[in-house]
This record gives sequence, C-alpha cells and structure tokens, in this order.
Amino acid sequence: MIPRPRPERFRLRRTMMFMNAQKPGLIKDAYIYGCDSIMLDLEDAVAENQKDAARFSLYHALKTIDYGDTEVIVRINGLDTPHWQEDIRVCVAGGADGIRIAKCESAQDVKTVEAAVEAAEEEFGVEKGRTLLMAALESPKGILNAYEICSASERMFGVAISGGDFRKCMQTTPQPDGVDMLFARGQMLLAARAAGIQCFDTVFTNLDDQAGFEAEVLQNKAMGFDGKSLINPKQIRFVHQVFAPTEKEIIQAEKILRAYREQSVAGVGVFTVDGKMIDIAFIPGAERTLRLARACGRYEGDLV
Amino acid sequence: MEILKPAMAGTLESSDAQVTVEPGSDGIQLTLSSSVMNQYGRQIKATVLETLKRLEVTNAQVTVVDKGALDCTLKARVECAVFRSCGQSQANIPWGGAVR
Repeated sequence: MIPRPRPERFRLRRTMMFMNAQKPGLIKDAYIYGCDSIMLDLEDAVAENQKDAARFSLYHALKTIDYGDTEVIVRINGLDTPHWQEDIRVCVAGGADGIRIAKCESAQDVKTVEAAVEAAEEEFGVEKGRTLLMAALESPKGILNAYEICSASERMFGVAISGGDFRKCMQTTPQPDGVDMLFARGQMLLAARAAGIQCFDTVFTNLDDQAGFEAEVLQNKAMGFDGKSLINPKQIRFVHQVFAPTEKEIIQAEKILRAYREQSVAGVGVFTVDGKMIDIAFIPGAERTLRLARACGRYEGDLV
Repeated sequence: MEILKPAMAGTLESSDAQVTVEPGSDGIQLTLSSSVMNQYGRQIKATVLETLKRLEVTNAQVTVVDKGALDCTLKARVECAVFRSCGQSQANIPWGGAVR
C-alpha cells in the first residue's frame, strides 16, 4: 500500500495528462513522464461495458503504484450516467488526490458530487475534506454558469474547458487563432480568478500539428491559464517551457519583493523599480512567479 | 462468493491478463499460461489463488492468460471476473474489504 500525502489545493499544475484507467500498460508507469498531474479516465476512454473493470484496475493502481510527486486526479462519468456514484466510491477508497467532474453545468452538480464524496470519505474512513474537486465545462450552459460552479465548494481547486464537446455544441471547429473558443476561455478564466481557483485549457488533439499546438500553448499562457490538459507525453516539455518564468521575470520578481519589503518597513506604499511604478498590487504576481520558478528548479532563494 | 455463470475480464494486450472464471464443483482448478511463465509463473499463481481466497471463492474453473501483468493488474482482473460472474460488478464493491 502506498500512502499518498494529503493533496494540496493549490500546487503547480502546468500539465495534466489523460490516461485510460482501463489500460494497465498506460497507468503502471504514468509518473515517469514528469507531468504535474495525471488524469486517470473512467469516462470517455473506457467503453460502456468495461466501466466495472476500469474501477478494479484503478483501485489497485491507486493503492499499489507509487506516483511520487505526480498528482493523481480521476475523471468520473457524468451525473447523467449510472456510473458516477461507484466511480466516486472507488476514487475515495483508493485515495485519489482529486476528482474531475465531467460535463459540469451548475453549482448543484458540484454539490451533488461533493455530498457523495463526503459520504464515501465517511464510509472508507478517509479524512473529511481530503478529496479535491475540479470541474470540466463542456457545454454553453457550463460556461455561462462558470462562476457559480467555480465557487460552489471549498474542495474546488480548478476548472477546465473541454474543447471537443464544447465546439460541437457551438457548431464550430478548432481555429488556428483560437477564435472558436475565445469568449468561452475568457469567461471561464474570469470566473476562476474571481473565485480564486486555477484554470486549465483543453487538449490539443492533432499530434501531427506541432506548430498549431505550440501556438495554442503560447495563447494559453498569454490569456493567463495555469496549465493545459494533454493527451500525449511528447506535449509535456513544451508546456513546461512556456509556463516556466523567464530569467528576466525571475530577476524582476525578486527585485520587486525585496524593494517592497524595504519600502514597507520605511512606511512607503508606492515606489519604482527599474523605472516602473510598483505597489502592493504587484506583490501576489511576483510571489507567484518565484513559486513557479522554484517548482521549475530555477529559484533557490528565500523570498517565498 | 459463488461462481454462478462464466465471466471474463481483461485483455490480451501487453501488461494485461485475461481471466475467465466458470462454475466448478471440485475446488479451484487453475489453468495458467503466461508470456513470463519461467520467471513469474509461481508468483502469478500465488496472486491469483490468494485473490480467490480473499473473495471466498472455493469452487471454480479459472483460466488466466497472462501477458506480463503486474500483481495489481492480476488482482483487478480476477476480482472483476468473479464479481461479473455473480452479477455484482457494477456497484457497492467492498473496496478496502474483500477487494484490497
């Protein structure tokens, strides 16, 4: 039995890689690729008549395989299926770090899952509140209700858009400039930031189009996403590169934090660093940059 | 658990195992073939028998075609086949109890 540490609600999640929970060959060594989180899938990747088998496989994987620092999230079946309740029982009993709610459309969906998770924690003697939640928005209704979903539970750590289903609802297809989902991504980001949780972009499914993939990752970073869902290990490295802070950003963040500490002792609220105005509003961003840099092995100081 | 009807779980893909259980009346009759028989045959057999014992299966014909599955996969496939044969594989599995 591998005891997993208590999941952290806020941690680095640049990459989340999907893995079919029914395929032993995939899940046994999923941690070697170095993604921040793996997403063991009980939903779309598993055929309808193998849902039961996938749960047995998932349970023993969670209990036996040492995933180390890699976060282990499970995507459960939708609330409109007969599967989700047993999915939640196995996730909690196995000690998954978190559960991804597929096709989430309202705060009520989150609360329904939360109640089942709480009942399962009770049943299996798992610390109450341990199991985290995230929601996948896959429909126009989910996007419109993004804020109530994001703020529905203390267990919520993030929200993600699921492009395949969403584009189908919207009668569109992936566009090179991302215009097909521009509003939806924007609305979801706003909701996530307003609720104080993380926000993840959808998968890029055309593995032969590396240029298209890179363009989308750069846009994700520019829009303010925390990370991206992936379907193949070869996509990990580029996302980590893009989401890592640059040397210049790290130096700048250090200067800002040092100056802020000195100035606030002296009773000064607003000041300049390298000719730019800095006040308290810049501090969380600078701290975030240094925490990210530390996670990427690029910062060893003691400012955060 | 009593094996009520034939049931199967798993695939013939690499790192997996295909387990079939059928009703029997003369204890456990295990037929095992494995791509790693020489190195791991004994251990696979022990894992399968131990899992059946934990599920209190006393009479069954069990066929395992192993393709290099880890212990945790073997257990999962045996359990799933047994629960399927009893028509109980879909809900209220005793996670952490008989399944562990």
